[in-house]
Amino acid sequence: MAGGSSSSSSSSSTGPSLVDSLFQRSLDDLIKSLRSQPVGAEPALLSRALAEIRREIRSPDPDTKAVALQKLTYLSSIHGLDASWAAFHALELLPSPSPLHKRLAYLAASLSFHPSTTDVLPLATHQLRKDLSPSSPPNFSSLALHLLSLSASPDLARHLAPDILPLLSPRASSTTTNTKNNNNNSSPLRPKAAVATLHALSLCPDVVPLLVKPLVDCLSSPDPRVVSAAVGAFAELVSATDPSPYLPLAPEFYRLLTDSRNNWVLIKLLKIFARLAPLEPRLAARLVDPLCDLIRRSSAQSLVLECVRTLFSGFPDHDRALRLAVDKVKEFLTNDDDPNLRYLGLRALTILGPRNSWGVVESRDSVIQSLADPDPNIRHEALRLIMGMVFDTNVVEISVMLVNYAMKSDPVFANEMLDAVLTTCGRNVYELIVDFDWYVSLLGEMARNPHCAKGEEIERQLVDIGLRVRDARPELVRVARDLLIDPALLGNPFLWRILSAAAWVSGEYVEFSTNWLELVEALLQPRTSLLPPLVRAVYIQAVFKVLAFCFSSYIDQLEASQVSSLGHSTTVGGSTIECNAASANCLSDDITGTESADGFATADKPASLLSLLEKKDPFFTRESLKRILYLIETAVGPLSENDDVEVQERARNVLGLIHMLQEIPAWKTEEEGFKKDKDNGVGKIMNLMQAMFSEEIGPVSVNAQKRVPVPEGLVLEENLSDLAMILTEGDIAPSMSISFTLRSHQHMETKDEAAPSVQSTYLLAEHRKRHGLYYLPAEKDETELNDFPRAYDPLLPVSHSDATEDLVKLTEQSLIPRKVKHTKPRPIVLKMDEGDGVLPSALTTVKESKDDMLSGAIHEVLLGNEGKPSSSQKGSSNKSSGRRMKGVSDNSESVPQSKENLDLGDRENRSSSSRRSQHRSHGKGRHRSSQNNEEKEEKSHRNSTRSGHHHERHEHRQRGETPLNAVPQAPAIQDLLL
Amino acid sequence: MIHFVLLISRQGKVRLTKWYSPYSQKERSKVIRELGRIILTRAPKLCNFVEWRGYKVVYRRYASLYFCACIDPDDNELEILEIIHHYVEILDRYFGSVCELDLIFNFHKAYYILDEILIAGELQESSKKNVARLVAAQDALVETAKEQTGSTSNMIAQATK
Repeated sequence: MAGGSSSSSSSSSTGPSLVDSLFQRSLDDLIKSLRSQPVGAEPALLSRALAEIRREIRSPDPDTKAVALQKLTYLSSIHGLDASWAAFHALELLPSPSPLHKRLAYLAASLSFHPSTTDVLPLATHQLRKDLSPSSPPNFSSLALHLLSLSASPDLARHLAPDILPLLSPRASSTTTNTKNNNNNSSPLRPKAAVATLHALSLCPDVVPLLVKPLVDCLSSPDPRVVSAAVGAFAELVSATDPSPYLPLAPEFYRLLTDSRNNWVLIKLLKIFARLAPLEPRLAARLVDPLCDLIRRSSAQSLVLECVRTLFSGFPDHDRALRLAVDKVKEFLTNDDDPNLRYLGLRALTILGPRNSWGVVESRDSVIQSLADPDPNIRHEALRLIMGMVFDTNVVEISVMLVNYAMKSDPVFANEMLDAVLTTCGRNVYELIVDFDWYVSLLGEMARNPHCAKGEEIERQLVDIGLRVRDARPELVRVARDLLIDPALLGNPFLWRILSAAAWVSGEYVEFSTNWLELVEALLQPRTSLLPPLVRAVYIQAVFKVLAFCFSSYIDQLEASQVSSLGHSTTVGGSTIECNAASANCLSDDITGTESADGFATADKPASLLSLLEKKDPFFTRESLKRILYLIETAVGPLSENDDVEVQERARNVLGLIHMLQEIPAWKTEEEGFKKDKDNGVGKIMNLMQAMFSEEIGPVSVNAQKRVPVPEGLVLEENLSDLAMILTEGDIAPSMSISFTLRSHQHMETKDEAAPSVQSTYLLAEHRKRHGLYYLPAEKDETELNDFPRAYDPLLPVSHSDATEDLVKLTEQSLIPRKVKHTKPRPIVLKMDEGDGVLPSALTTVKESKDDMLSGAIHEVLLGNEGKPSSSQKGSSNKSSGRRMKGVSDNSESVPQSKENLDLGDRENRSSSSRRSQHRSHGKGRHRSSQNNEEKEEKSHRNSTRSGHHHERHEHRQRGETPLNAVPQAPAIQDLLL
Repeated sequence: MIHFVLLISRQGKVRLTKWYSPYSQKERSKVIRELGRIILTRAPKLCNFVEWRGYKVVYRRYASLYFCACIDPDDNELEILEIIHHYVEILDRYFGSVCELDLIFNFHKAYYILDEILIAGELQESSKKNVARLVAAQDALVETAKEQTGSTSNMIAQATK
């Protein structure tokens, strides 16, 4: 509107004149000029045309206005210009008696009106009502219905609902006589009215009582177009809202399903039944046979696909039908000519879900092959399907296959696969992973993928596993070492994050490392200059930790040998020292080995690692320490001048420590002096450092803070003004890290208790003593933190194991012969109660509540005031459960017999529709005989007896109409289905 | 239901847009740009379905034109392909071997025909004959109206009186 007024001011002098009308450019002229313009001139041309339109559209002459509106419509729909300012002009033209103008005006309105932003929309109410009235020409009403179904606002829908009603009822045909459809005895407007009704219903639930009944009546109309439109409307309603109110209509839908031969209608009906069948088991039992028939007979793939989907989603218990559907999907998947069918087949299998995973297992070859399909969408679906089938029994095979395949695949899809593996394996704190050694090495392998761009997630998981899974740490350190010593990886920016994690892991869990010198060399290799500063800082910090560990181990080792030699002066002591010397030699050998070449024997590493760990006694010589010191000093030295503060600070820390050590006189003297000075020299410093790093870092639940109970007498809202007094006393409140918690652990036998009063702990204790009021109770804190719940969740799906054992075979060919599987129990994974891996499952409820009103209203109309669907179902639950039992047993029996039983069941019932059901059993009888003979024969039978069928269906329809009136009033689902 | 129908040429020019769900003009342009990027870059002989913002877009190429329809995730893709084909056949019958130029210069007619086939994103008329007849009837009405009022001489007479 604002635009309109501005243009009016500019053109008010000339105004829309006769000249404008006479020489107005037509739409053709406009299109031609737009097409003939040079490439860059379009915006200028468009704005000129728009200015022209703004002038012309205000003309009093309807022709001029109409042409202007037409041009504007063109520009807005094709060139995306905003036409909302002209909404009023479109309204002006709506009442025009000329069909041409009216059509243009409605077109413009339907393209540009927006239900929530078009503020002139209420002004259209009167005109729409006039055009909808039975006295106006049907094509006018049709235009109005179109507009109503596209742009109606809730208010408009409420006001015009009574006007739709006559169009929806069959009587409309007699009043608005259409020349062509006389024989059909139905107005062409009725289907349109049905669809407009759908729109009005979903917009404004108030009109349900008025409109639903006529819509239900449409289902029994003789005009197939009306039926089609009504079924479409119900399909939309059922899928958008709670389906239970529509259960009473099931017999009607069932009749249509067996009668109709129109594929469009059948597809919609199947959609409805897919939603209704889970609510009513009797319905499913009735539907299985017609659905199977459709799958076998129909030549329309769209219909077959819909049958398959309906069976997969709504009939998980009917094995026989599922078998047929799965076979059909297999046909889809192996169809090399049609990528659509392959894609849809994969999607259909995804619906099948874990409950019937045998269906996927059977078509595993096609699914695996689809990973290499030329179409990225098909590959994506195959991956999604495979990942949906991962359980703890097959996660190893599938992951290994995908990671291997990612090596060969194109970069985008490779990362998609890596992402899928990472997400699935990391789900719910690694609930699927039993063998963490394997998983950690898999993470290492992923990093080796040249396309890998998932550094961030791999980094997170490496660190996370380090924190949570103690048993995985040795392997983690080994994987980290392999990553760190490879100079080639440093050049790949995507891997920096992974390297950062590797450096952190090898620094934090340095005690599991086997060759510290090699580690330090790897961390300080020249190519680390390629790393970004933050990662470099992590590297240097790792060096610091390694250094501290080496020294403190050396001192412990000296002490131990001293004690033992003192204790057993003659016999055992000698051997220990000998042993020490031997292994020290071994280490120095290692060092020279790595110096000369990188060809370090990795094969015997685990063995030596184990032996070292068993003794808990790493060995160092003074020479090796000196060498490490020298190496660090030369490599880190230049970094103390680095531009980045993080790098600089950490480098200076390391250098500071080294200088401090070197200044202590004991360093220069012999080993004897070294160890004797433990209490005040090198030993003390190193113990301090080591104590600092030996505290274990654990994961913290997001909700940890919340779980700490507020102590009695503590008022959290109280003013903290007296805190100022404490702060002025000059002591420093210790800063606790936010994301990590320090906790002492009992399992590390050696160092923990060796450092009784580290300075900071001491200060903290002092502070606590003085200001106990502001501290939370200590004991409670401690126990809570130590009491981590076990992660291994016994709830893992046991029932799947059978089905998935087969899936395991799926990857036989791509399996790497791995080491022992499941021989050791799953290690403990630290996991918090909540907040860690919470999977939101309440997503669906949001939509439900929104549609509650609509489904509630419809429920009321269709079921009367009988109450909630649950109660109506309960009324028949006894019967239905018995029926269900029967149905299940039927399924296990042979085909013809089950039909017999069902039909018998029909006859037993004292229902009003017994006549019909009997009739149906006749019809089935014919089928049955053909089926009894042979499946193959049935195909030819179908072709030859098609006409016979037709006849039979006709009969159906005629008879089916008699009990119709009773249907909508029936309180619950009709006896037909019992 | 169908949320919108787009006709995009191979060069990325829009030939027809019909929105059955409310989108603002801004969103419309964005949607067209996004889908153009996704669909026009897909190689031939791939499947006709694309996932997009939780919906599915079914597209099919006829000569230089891509016909796209955006549908709900639980709709039947093959059915929509058939609807698209249905529309193209009717266009072909109406214009007599339709080409892109026909749609450019008769864009409103393409809309009218589409409106006879789809209403509010639902298929309403599956018979080609009926659609052709309905469109022809409306055209005839409009033509007679045009002859009565639309001639230039009439216009001059009206304007000068």
